[in-house]
Amino acid sequence: MNNPNAWLQFALYVGALVLITKPLGLYLVQVLDVQGRTWLDRIVKPFERITYRVCGIDPALEQGWVGYTLSLLIFSLVGMLMTYFILRFQDHLPLNPQGLPGLAPHLAFNTAASFTTNTNWQSYTGESTMSYFSQMVALAIHNFMSAASGIAVAAALVRGIARHSARTIGNFWADIVRVTYYVLVPICLVFALFLVSQGIIQNFKPYTTAKTFEAFTIQVPKVDAAGKPVMAADGKTPVMVDQSVDTQTIVQGPVASQIAIKMLGTNGGGYVNANAAHPFENPTPLSNFFQMLSIFAIPSALTYFLGRMVKNQKHGWSVWCAMFAMFACGVLVCWKAESSGNPIHQKLGVSAADGNMEGKEVRFGIFSSALFATITTDASCGAVNAMHDSFTPIGGLVPMFNIETGEVIFGGVGAGLYGMLIFVILAVFIAGLMVGRTPEYLGKKIEAYDVKLVMLVLMVLSATILGFTAWASVTAWGQAGLNNAGPHGFSEMLYAFSSCVGNNGSAFAGLTAAPADGDPHWDTALGIAMLVGRFLMIVPILALAGNLAGKKLIPSSAGTFRTEGFTFIALLIGTVLLVGALTFLPALAVGPIVEHYLMGAGTLF
Amino acid sequence: MKTLFTELRTSLLLMIVLVVLLCGAYPLAVWAGAQALFPGKANGSLLVDKDGVVRGSTLLAQNFSSDRYFQPRSSAAGNGYDATSSGGTNLGPTSQKLSDSVKAAVAAYRTSNGLGSDAPVPADAVTSSGSGLDPHISVANALIQAGRVAKARGLAPDKIRELIAANTEGRDLGILGEPGVNVLRLNVALDRAAPAK
Repeated sequence: MNNPNAWLQFALYVGALVLITKPLGLYLVQVLDVQGRTWLDRIVKPFERITYRVCGIDPALEQGWVGYTLSLLIFSLVGMLMTYFILRFQDHLPLNPQGLPGLAPHLAFNTAASFTTNTNWQSYTGESTMSYFSQMVALAIHNFMSAASGIAVAAALVRGIARHSARTIGNFWADIVRVTYYVLVPICLVFALFLVSQGIIQNFKPYTTAKTFEAFTIQVPKVDAAGKPVMAADGKTPVMVDQSVDTQTIVQGPVASQIAIKMLGTNGGGYVNANAAHPFENPTPLSNFFQMLSIFAIPSALTYFLGRMVKNQKHGWSVWCAMFAMFACGVLVCWKAESSGNPIHQKLGVSAADGNMEGKEVRFGIFSSALFATITTDASCGAVNAMHDSFTPIGGLVPMFNIETGEVIFGGVGAGLYGMLIFVILAVFIAGLMVGRTPEYLGKKIEAYDVKLVMLVLMVLSATILGFTAWASVTAWGQAGLNNAGPHGFSEMLYAFSSCVGNNGSAFAGLTAAPADGDPHWDTALGIAMLVGRFLMIVPILALAGNLAGKKLIPSSAGTFRTEGFTFIALLIGTVLLVGALTFLPALAVGPIVEHYLMGAGTLF
Repeated sequence: MKTLFTELRTSLLLMIVLVVLLCGAYPLAVWAGAQALFPGKANGSLLVDKDGVVRGSTLLAQNFSSDRYFQPRSSAAGNGYDATSSGGTNLGPTSQKLSDSVKAAVAAYRTSNGLGSDAPVPADAVTSSGSGLDPHISVANALIQAGRVAKARGLAPDKIRELIAANTEGRDLGILGEPGVNVLRLNVALDRAAPAK
């Protein structure tokens, strides 16, 4: 923590984030209004019109919450099925120079659910599983569409809050088309080219074979003439033989275009297995900085959008401040834990000043890794530039807890704002109970139906995470996937289900969800968790939006709880932390917390 | 029922339009721009020798184990430095396996670089990176290895330190990230300064 340079990096990041919040927020106000005007109209408008005409969309025709939800669900289903079938049959499709085979049903289901829900959990190794066609079509389409859908839902909820005595909350089709055409594509075009300038690849060549400077010997399983591994006399352990390696196969492909939307759309699904730790996905500290900024850009701007739409900019900034306070705490705790390092390794002779470098890259160092880990889990991004599984217990607890708050600390694009607004309504309700008045939010009464919807969202999510984790931890299939023993093994399971229900997608990546023996349990359970986490959240939220839109405005009075300023911020943070802490503290206690003390005592597993 | 059908039709049509635009036109546009503006980087920052043979990528670590070369961080990618199977060990802080490997690496590092039995060892020298392909080592790590390389090559230590400095990539904008020494570039520079006999 006594590294002045790290404080400068932090200050630079926060400064840049504050600077883009208002302009991007104002831009979103225009984009999310079908009548809105932007400076890109001259170029983009024709494309927008043609799209509406081809698809038979009337952008001016607004939908009620049922119609809006139906459109979203059907569109998601179509996308998910398309992805599933492309992955199953990629060997019969073009752009597959490595000749990769089609995916097994459970892996294709898991991956299709994962990308449709903006989770981007990856049970596979990208570079040796996915053809260029699968990457570009089956996966990349969802990087755009799940992001656009998230923003659309947030916009619908904000409209529901801002309007009164209204029956409609917007047009789903116009929302996703406009967000994609005016926000995602233009920013990604520029961003992707910038990333190439830093060293990210963008080509369609087959993988390159390089002749390395020194040959070295590795041990590989011996195979017989039929390509089956030869087993030793006991029939279990494979016979190993030496093999000399003097080449390195270098991955190629259209990476930059995919990384740009992966970060901006808080998707997080990497082109390669190591994700943003890989030099081809994140070559320099500068590319790292802009990738981190792009994760928070839209979520942060949406708080400004909220303030503008409800005509109370202080409310927007208050929500921003609550998010920022929790974000800053997370960064400081994670940084402190990682820079303190691992006392067990330090006793073996590792320099204590260097911190915990296992699973981290030299070019990013401790601080940029801790900052990235906090950002990616505050948001529902899930890209990683260091391996969270190898973080110290407290360093790893921060990302896990961030996800378990429901990813409302800036959060995913759209998902962060609508998740936070759930907590805002709960906070207002609690404040109302405390003073004994009917709770009001921005001039509307919050009634039993609204609070029931809010509680439905919160309870479904936590019950799914804890229920699945409990199930996995007492079954053979659950434990078979683990890479670590002791409390860390439990953390791997808890992290996996938190990440999938929260639609984050990062992992304690030692966990093997697609084992070599083809056991489909993990893939299937995680796939279901992702669908529950996405759609059982979105449907009640849209119902809430519809209900709020229909309410009448009541004039504010002296007894109205003000939704801006310090008291509100403190109450909002308190609500998020209390719900998160009370629900997950017992589980965290048997995972990272107990591991922290065991590490101090030098216990190994 | 009619609504469902219309919605389904709209979904399918929109999906087709968006696939053409986002999965076809968008990556092609980036590809065209990238190949025109940054062809070397867009194709993998490949290192090609004078005979036109690709020897690696300056962004990816490859294995060096002899005393004559600087050694990169250990790799958990596949069977080691496998660029088609990137990844870390994913071993946690209380892992026996990780502790054993750190212990062995510390001993090996001290022996090969002539360090005392209680000298602290740079953390990056005895841990694996997240990608398994980290092209850099810390400056402290490089300076410790300098003595060994100088001896093996018969070069002056000052000359080695000069080469280390020339192949150190500093913080971006003077603030971002940490400085690192690019091992592959440094080793190529070494070979150029003192070709193998």
